[in-house]
Amino acid sequence: MKRSLRFYLQLAFTVVVCAFLVVPVVLSIMAGVTENFFVGIKSGLTFRWVVEVWTLYNKTIFLSIGIALATLAVTLLIGIPAAYVLARRQNRYTRWIEELIVLPVAVPGLATALALILLYGQFSGFRISWTFILVGHVLFTLPFMVRSVLAVMSAIDLKTLEDAAASLGASFTQRFFHVILPNCRQGILAGALMVVTLSMGEFNITWMLHTPLTMTLPVGLADSYASMRLEIGSAYTIVFFIMIIPLLVAMQWMSEPAKVKPRFLS
Amino acid sequence: MDNNSGNPAKLNTVGIRLNACGKTFPDGTRALEPVQLEINPGETVVLLGPSGCGKTTMLRIIAGLEQPDAGGQVFFGEQDVTPLPIEQRHVGMVFQSYALFPNMSVAENIAYGLKVRGMAEVEKKQRVVEMLSMMHLESFAERRIDQLSGGQRQRVALARALAVRPRVLLLDEPLTALDAKLRESLRAEIDRLLRSLKITAVYVTHDQSEAMALGDRIAVMEKGRIAQIGSPREIYYRPATRFVADFIGSMNRVQGMVDGESLQLPSGLLRVGPRVSNEVLFRPEDVRIVSNGEAQLQAKIVSAFFLGDHTRLILDVGNEQTITAETVDRREFKPGDIVPIAVDSEAILFLE
Ligand SMILES: Nc1ncnc2c1ncn2[C@@H]1O[C@H](COP(=O)(O)OP(=O)(O)OP(=O)(O)O)[C@@H](O)[C@H]1O
Ligand SMILES: [Mg+2]
Repeated sequence: MKRSLRFYLQLAFTVVVCAFLVVPVVLSIMAGVTENFFVGIKSGLTFRWVVEVWTLYNKTIFLSIGIALATLAVTLLIGIPAAYVLARRQNRYTRWIEELIVLPVAVPGLATALALILLYGQFSGFRISWTFILVGHVLFTLPFMVRSVLAVMSAIDLKTLEDAAASLGASFTQRFFHVILPNCRQGILAGALMVVTLSMGEFNITWMLHTPLTMTLPVGLADSYASMRLEIGSAYTIVFFIMIIPLLVAMQWMSEPAKVKPRFLS
Repeated sequence: MDNNSGNPAKLNTVGIRLNACGKTFPDGTRALEPVQLEINPGETVVLLGPSGCGKTTMLRIIAGLEQPDAGGQVFFGEQDVTPLPIEQRHVGMVFQSYALFPNMSVAENIAYGLKVRGMAEVEKKQRVVEMLSMMHLESFAERRIDQLSGGQRQRVALARALAVRPRVLLLDEPLTALDAKLRESLRAEIDRLLRSLKITAVYVTHDQSEAMALGDRIAVMEKGRIAQIGSPREIYYRPATRFVADFIGSMNRVQGMVDGESLQLPSGLLRVGPRVSNEVLFRPEDVRIVSNGEAQLQAKIVSAFFLGDHTRLILDVGNEQTITAETVDRREFKPGDIVPIAVDSEAILFLE
């Protein structure tokens, strides 16, 4: 089969771009499993560095998971009711709130963190606890939860569904759990994955808010690059990938509607 | 909760009374002037009117989805239900958009009202089966909502509303989203249901043939008011206002000089009887094409539309006035021809 020059040029371009993106990642991963990076692969492959990362930094991993789950819990508790109110009461004020809620995403994380420190810095008990980071993460991730749920709520005719449920005798609580929540499931799931992924990877705010005892995964990564051997920092990257990639894949999978909504034929 | 088990067709139906129920929305829209309406137990009243006249608003006030303005009262039988929210009024409701729960199967949708009432599992199952068979939906019980056609969806919505044996059934343009053929067959089905269940029903539509077919009485609404309420015959043959006359069917309007018991027109003398006025109204189907001897007017055909079962003629009766006539005459009418016509004086209406 004869292909045109154009095809080969395009192929080359694609390969170069991919290499540009992938090579640093591969290099970093390689560095993490190489005995001595400066000597190169011939020095031998090892899991020593990964094990070392685990012993040095496993606390950051658990703290990150803990904060991510706590952030998820808080954003669910605040985000779903907030999205519901925004969806049901469409007026000037709710539209303002909708815009306002996105502000922490637009403002640099450092600024948000600084504001938090200025506001709460003197409460030292709070300042040094992991809940201080939690507040930062909630501020940063809440808009994603609200937007995601709100998008689904606006797509279905929530008001009429609720009217119908009420006409059948359902109280507000029953309507909320039987009709509203199940029909927003997709938006809630998508929002939840987003929140967990963002919280796990968040660096800017966390770096400002953390103390040596409240180091999260990305902050630990920065710390290891700054103060440890390059191999340890690289091994840390591997650990980070292992944690975050399943979340990214799940998010991708969620956004494909065909897989989320299987059609059963009876 | 449900004290009338046994005969599935037996419903604990009540009359409805609206007492000075007006509705002003927060933005100042006056959707409903204070109206008075009495609906007898078992009766079907159709709210008919153009878009925006307040039909849905009135239905929602009856349902309890909307509160009437201060002073308005809603009674179900002797009970004042004005302060009750919809979930405590025990009504059945059917929406134009079906409003079925997408997260539940057909059977679960139908069972939902029974579930929130805490009905025992066995009894609930039995009731669902009963409703499925009443609406000919047996084979769809386990289907998801998005696997149903529009007509099937609306039958599920009816089954769901009726499963709880509501005191009144409220329907807001249930057939508007369906195509013409389906609308006709579902209309017949709803008619059969309303008759056999003898349930008090309020049916909102802007389709007059639907209103005629289903209503024991029709309330014609105009700008938040009930312009006229009465049986389909009363509404059609004795419209109380011009608005009603024009809204239901079509109406010819002719002006001329009063001449004894007739109206003088360039094309002849239209006999109107002892009560005369310089303007009279009559329906297109009351215009008869007659022999020259019987003719009151000699009208000139402006245009003729052969519609299969009848022919519609636009006739010039002089003074730049045209009327519409409908005839089953098989003749081929041609524009420009002169036809002798007559209108029975009983068919003539006078409205201010
Ligand atoms: N929530 C609301 N807020 C403000 N105005 C409203 C509201 N709901 C309805 N209206 C207004 O009240 C009037 C009556 O509305 P309604 O829905 O009762 O009309 P309808 O007769 O059902 O019309 P359609 O045939 O189009 O459904 C309309 O002018 C409408 O714009
Ligand atoms: Mg309406």
